[in-house]
Amino acid sequence: MVKFAHLIPIFPFAAFVINIFFGRRLKKASALIAIAACTASLALSLWTFLGLLKGQGSYPLFDWLIFEDFTLHVGVTIDSLTCAMLLVVTSIGTLIQIYSIGYMSQDPRFSRFFAYLSLFMASMLGLLLADNFLILYMFWEGVGLCSYLLISFWFEKITAAKAGMKAFITTRIGDTGFLIGIFLLFVASRDLSFAGLSHINGNTGLYTAAALLIFCGAIGKSAQFPLHVWLPDAMEGPTPVSALIHAATMVAAGVYLVARCFGLFLTHQPALICVAYVGAITTVLAASIATVNNDIKRILAYSTISQLGFMMLGLGVGGYSAGTFHLMTHAFFKALLFLCAGSVIHSVHIQDIQKMGGIFNKMKVTGTTFIIAGLAISGVPPFSGFWSKDEILTEIFHSGHPALFVAAALTSLLTAFYMFRLIFLVLFGKPRSELHLHESPKTMTIPLIILAVFAIFAGFPGSPLMNNVFQSFIHLEAGHAAQESSPDYFIMGLSTLIALSGIALAYCLYIKQKKILPQAIRSRFAPLYQLLSNKYYFDELYDFLFIKPCGRIAKTLAGFDLGVIDGAVNKTAEIVVILSKIKAWIDTTIVDGAVNLTAKTVGLFSKELRKIQTGSVQAYLLFAFFGLVLMMLFKLIVK
Amino acid sequence: MIPQSHFLIFSAALFAIGIFGVLTRKNAIGILMSIELILNAVNVNLITFNKFLGTPNGLGQIFALFVIAIAAASAVVGLALVIAIYRNAKSILVDKLNLMKW
Repeated sequence: MVKFAHLIPIFPFAAFVINIFFGRRLKKASALIAIAACTASLALSLWTFLGLLKGQGSYPLFDWLIFEDFTLHVGVTIDSLTCAMLLVVTSIGTLIQIYSIGYMSQDPRFSRFFAYLSLFMASMLGLLLADNFLILYMFWEGVGLCSYLLISFWFEKITAAKAGMKAFITTRIGDTGFLIGIFLLFVASRDLSFAGLSHINGNTGLYTAAALLIFCGAIGKSAQFPLHVWLPDAMEGPTPVSALIHAATMVAAGVYLVARCFGLFLTHQPALICVAYVGAITTVLAASIATVNNDIKRILAYSTISQLGFMMLGLGVGGYSAGTFHLMTHAFFKALLFLCAGSVIHSVHIQDIQKMGGIFNKMKVTGTTFIIAGLAISGVPPFSGFWSKDEILTEIFHSGHPALFVAAALTSLLTAFYMFRLIFLVLFGKPRSELHLHESPKTMTIPLIILAVFAIFAGFPGSPLMNNVFQSFIHLEAGHAAQESSPDYFIMGLSTLIALSGIALAYCLYIKQKKILPQAIRSRFAPLYQLLSNKYYFDELYDFLFIKPCGRIAKTLAGFDLGVIDGAVNKTAEIVVILSKIKAWIDTTIVDGAVNLTAKTVGLFSKELRKIQTGSVQAYLLFAFFGLVLMMLFKLIVK
Repeated sequence: MIPQSHFLIFSAALFAIGIFGVLTRKNAIGILMSIELILNAVNVNLITFNKFLGTPNGLGQIFALFVIAIAAASAVVGLALVIAIYRNAKSILVDKLNLMKW
């Protein structure tokens, strides 16, 4: 057994170091370095995967933080979950970086962009390989930092700079909860490793709280309700970044975290139910917002939130393999969707779908792959999304929560609807403004084609066609045995029907432009439309609830600062000045006076005394002679 | 026979003249000559006491001879100094040589 998996994140990190220091000299070569590093990671991931199939497991690296009663063993996790994620992250990351060569070719900070991408990849890969909470948290923060750097990559735009801050601060809130959760877990079990999670017992309340707090971190990172507000704004970043954040790295980290701690959630059901309901709320909420939005990237952003909620929902009802399966397939088709959107934006330079239309005729490759991705996310068989969605729906159906199943089905309908609304408005019909269309360069279209192939076929390993190999591969080792899932044709038929009806609805509304409902009823929906297009007023609510009061508190504190603290400082300064003046007076008159007096006295005496010093030898001799005479006289008298 | 006091008074007078000369003369050569007077006053004293006190015969005279020899040597050195000063300052008047004055 060769232990090399810990080298996987090192390649992108080395690429980051090289690009950040020598990027300006490397220019375009920096992209090659980043891609080479990523490809090396991909190769190593494949090798690790083969090693896993042969029975290679996790292994320790070194001991860190050695205390009397606690030692942190740092090691590398290699199991089915990590391996699957490694392959997804490295393959999508490589494709996105290749795509970025074309997309970012005009950018003055080209090499900087690739440096950040490499760091992002390194953090994410490190996160996947970590075998305890502390190391995971370190890389978790690394991912957060990189998302900040990349979202506000075009920081000259004030909206981009603000979006970066919003993303960072919002995820920060979740991270704080996550950190407290880690503390709780440590206090309760004195163990930070993931391996220890499966055999904890006792102290249910504390562990449930810890699980919920850890889920807090996942809510922040995976943009779940109520911390979902940062993700649509994150669209200010370059499109490849959006693809990377949404598909492979940042948001997947949250779902990965829940999956990684699934043992803990499974033994503490209240936390798991909480996961399911948060997922359900998020998925419906985000999908409904996506149906009315007009920004091509924001629609995809809400779609991501919705799909992440769907994964959480799947995990929450105990569908460990279903949730991770959807995470994997979603990574491919969502990356594809974003890259297609990027390709469109690269060509037309606008993002408003109401102004697009008829793009398919001029951009065949982009258009075709876009449609494939749309079919995949809508859940039309046999595309990948169908199989993973079907898995989750089956799990929810058998879990006995009818409300959750309704939410999931509704989301499926909405997903198919908004996705095909997007496709019909962008690709078909007549251009609604003057567009200068051209197909994107090869570096952009080839990744699209590769991803499209994945979007079609990535679902098969988890489908009944291949005996659900994915599910039996990824089942949770401890406890929860892989469920023997026989194909449930009722659910399959239902989900296909839902998807097709969503597409049909979109077709009627946006291609045929039929008014299916009378005007009177449609006007009833106006408030609902308002509500949706304002994203349920979440930004306004947060602005009112948190940002404004914070601003007010800050202003009050600033007033306090200015009035009291600055006042005190100024008063102190004034007193010091007065004291100094007194001291200066004492110094000049008394101390200096004494010194001057001494000097003057000495000077006065010297002035007289120096008259003796005539310089005439004879005068000195005279004194000497009289001195002699005096001494003699003295001698005579004393005798 | 001439009494001892006459010799001593003569010697003292000679000494006083010498001192007066040293202290008052401005000319460096004059000062040197006055110093010779003082030394000779000492010589007179030496010989006088040798004669009138019971000291071994000839001791004072030998001492006087030494003093004469040394006086000659010191006169030579003094005159050499005067010549050196003259070359530097173009003068042998001591009141002009006040370099040591501050």
